[in-house]
Amino acid sequence: MSRLRLRSGRASSGHHEAAAGWLFITPVLVVLGLFLALPVGMAAWVSVSDWSGNGSPFAGDVSFVGAENYSELLAGGGLVTQDFGTAMRNNLWYVLLVVPTQTTLALFLAVLVGRRMLRGRGFFRTAFYFPSVTSSVAITVVFLFLFGASGAVNAALAALSIDGPNWFNDPRGVLHIALDAVGVDQAPAALTSSGALGISWWEWLAGPSVAMSTLVILAIFTTSGTFMLLFIAALQNIPGEVDEAAMVDGADARQRFFLVTLPQLRPTLFTVLTLGLIGTWQVFDQIYVGTQGGPGKTTVTPAYLSYTASFEGQRWGQGAAIAFILFAIIVTFAILQRAVLRERDTVPRRKRFKMPDQPLPVSGVSGDRTPGQVTSAGRVHNDDEDGRSR
Amino acid sequence: MPTRRPLALLACLTAASLTAACGGGSGFSEEEGGAADQPQASGPASLQVMIGSSGPAETDAVTAAVEAWASETGNTAEVIAATDLNQQLSQGFAAGSPPDVFYVSSDLFAGYAENGSLLPYAGDLENAGDFYPNLVEAFTYEDEFTCAPKDFSTLGLVINNEAWESAGLTDDDVPTTWEELHQVAETLTTGEQTGLVTSSEFQRLGAFMAQAGGGLVTDGEATADSEANLEALRYVQSMLDDGSMQLTSQVGAGWGGEAFGTGAAAMTIEGNWIAGAMNADYPEVDYRVVPLPAGPEGEATLSFTNCWGIAAESASQEAAQDLVGFLTTPEQQMEFARAFGVMPSVETAQEDFTTEFPDFTAFVEQADVAETVPNAEGVSPVIADLNSQLESLPGGDPAAILSSTQTNLEAALGAE
Repeated sequence: MSRLRLRSGRASSGHHEAAAGWLFITPVLVVLGLFLALPVGMAAWVSVSDWSGNGSPFAGDVSFVGAENYSELLAGGGLVTQDFGTAMRNNLWYVLLVVPTQTTLALFLAVLVGRRMLRGRGFFRTAFYFPSVTSSVAITVVFLFLFGASGAVNAALAALSIDGPNWFNDPRGVLHIALDAVGVDQAPAALTSSGALGISWWEWLAGPSVAMSTLVILAIFTTSGTFMLLFIAALQNIPGEVDEAAMVDGADARQRFFLVTLPQLRPTLFTVLTLGLIGTWQVFDQIYVGTQGGPGKTTVTPAYLSYTASFEGQRWGQGAAIAFILFAIIVTFAILQRAVLRERDTVPRRKRFKMPDQPLPVSGVSGDRTPGQVTSAGRVHNDDEDGRSR
Repeated sequence: MPTRRPLALLACLTAASLTAACGGGSGFSEEEGGAADQPQASGPASLQVMIGSSGPAETDAVTAAVEAWASETGNTAEVIAATDLNQQLSQGFAAGSPPDVFYVSSDLFAGYAENGSLLPYAGDLENAGDFYPNLVEAFTYEDEFTCAPKDFSTLGLVINNEAWESAGLTDDDVPTTWEELHQVAETLTTGEQTGLVTSSEFQRLGAFMAQAGGGLVTDGEATADSEANLEALRYVQSMLDDGSMQLTSQVGAGWGGEAFGTGAAAMTIEGNWIAGAMNADYPEVDYRVVPLPAGPEGEATLSFTNCWGIAAESASQEAAQDLVGFLTTPEQQMEFARAFGVMPSVETAQEDFTTEFPDFTAFVEQADVAETVPNAEGVSPVIADLNSQLESLPGGDPAAILSSTQTNLEAALGAE
């Protein structure tokens, strides 16, 4: 804005330019204000009001209740807090399982179909991307059939003499099942006596229920293709010379991937992880279509809870408050992840790759190389980074 | 300062468009209409009727009835079959333009009554005294009979005749007590087939609580952890333990009707809606329905119901009441019974109903001993939580389930 002012002060034509500029962006501002800022503002107001869903939330009989909706969710101790805690537990496990798996799988698939040697690349790309362009509702319905008590998955398991679980109806947490298998069927008192958000630590540690695990598989299946596409694009942007240089330096395939290719994919990795986090914290359609929160509330997520609290319980303030807490969680995770993935000026010592039979550089600082000195594969990348930072 | 002007202009533009959005639509208008001061339109009314339909049969029957009323009275009316009734109703209420007449399920009734969405009209209907008392109670909010019960359903014991006979049982063996139910369930349990299969939710097992003289709410007080409820759950658990009974989730069925139709169960506890499902999906299964057996405190079952809600903001309340009056007459309710298998909510239709639908006798006979599922404000989430706990009843601790429900229930009822 200050630049606009400066420029318009310099010449009279600048004034018209600025006016034209504002004129051109007005439609976007109006649309954003109407469909983004205004609804968000309304939701923020509803989350601190006692609006009950009848008439306008700005009507005279709706009053401000402060943080009451939030405190009831987070510290009320009643059923509302328990439900919210359960939803958080379910979704946290979901995120923990889905995000790393879908990112790894997407990267793996991208590297696989990105190979120039692979025959029928186009076919595989399409095949892997196909679940992403199919409606999530349709895929959920297909999964409901596949994972039915007598569905295809259990039929396949039965052929291997494995008695498959009743997938979508099994509320047991997978960690509890695993502990039960090794003989721990009673919770230690230390874990049941205390907890957070109305449910005990033992419940937090239940892991995703069998039903939720099915949804985890579903999410990985549907989203990996999309993220594979992002990774393919990023891989194609990496000049082949870098890889060749590393090859000349004697790095093997594993080293080239982890020390040369992967660091260059960092911006894409950040995008994929962020999109993954947002998508998984907001999971709704699969729950709405598939399980409606059951069995035993183990597939209730904050997004679904927000919906039921509002549309079925008529507790609109609580529903809006859940949405804002969810927003805060997503932002926090994104910031954390940005901090973790931030590009550092120097590479930690343990990540430096050195040729064992070469004389070591004089010091660890990368600016002091001399022409003709053999650089290691790891250094190729370091140079690139340091060049930017100095 | 020439540059400030475009800024100010923009601010005005944005503000103007926003306020136009706020104030222009009927959605966010400030006028708050209660039941009494809602301005009423004059002349022939134009009504919107929103239903959550079970299928084309129901939609067609309701449409035909509403059209008949419209042509008789000179009004116009349009029936909308909602895809997601709760959501569409909520949108209507929030926007201040709800449909005039709509279905309200009993578990959502309290929420709508509490926020003032519903017109309390049912007490003024001509046939107000004709509805079954327990249905009237379900739709009474703060001592005011708010909306007219549309129809109702009760739970009965559904028996597979073929399994019954091949187990050597006769008509004399139809269970009338808990002990007899347990015995025949054991007799009917074979390798492939379980004697009794039902889902674990309160909406089924609650019938046993009622038979033991218990219930979740008694006279407005939370009584979830009563001895009677515990006795009922212990009884169910004893059957689960010896395998004569299983839950639908244990046999991989979505609901009791599915377990019954596929032959995994020789008996189930379901409502009259099972008739439609059996016709459509398992027409070859020969079955009959008997009243649920009596518990220690006598006969009891659960009933389920919906009502015809009228919006407090409707501009044609009088016409809407007239329409509901027409739709709840014994004659019209019998039409609905023929079309999609529901039971009339008025006592005067009972005799006609049992004559015409002898198979449903067991369901409608139990109307007098039926209890509705508690639906006071805040109770529905407690029941949802109880249901999720009841899924662990096999091998679980009934006393712990009931005591945590008691805590939640006290909080919900005390919060009013």
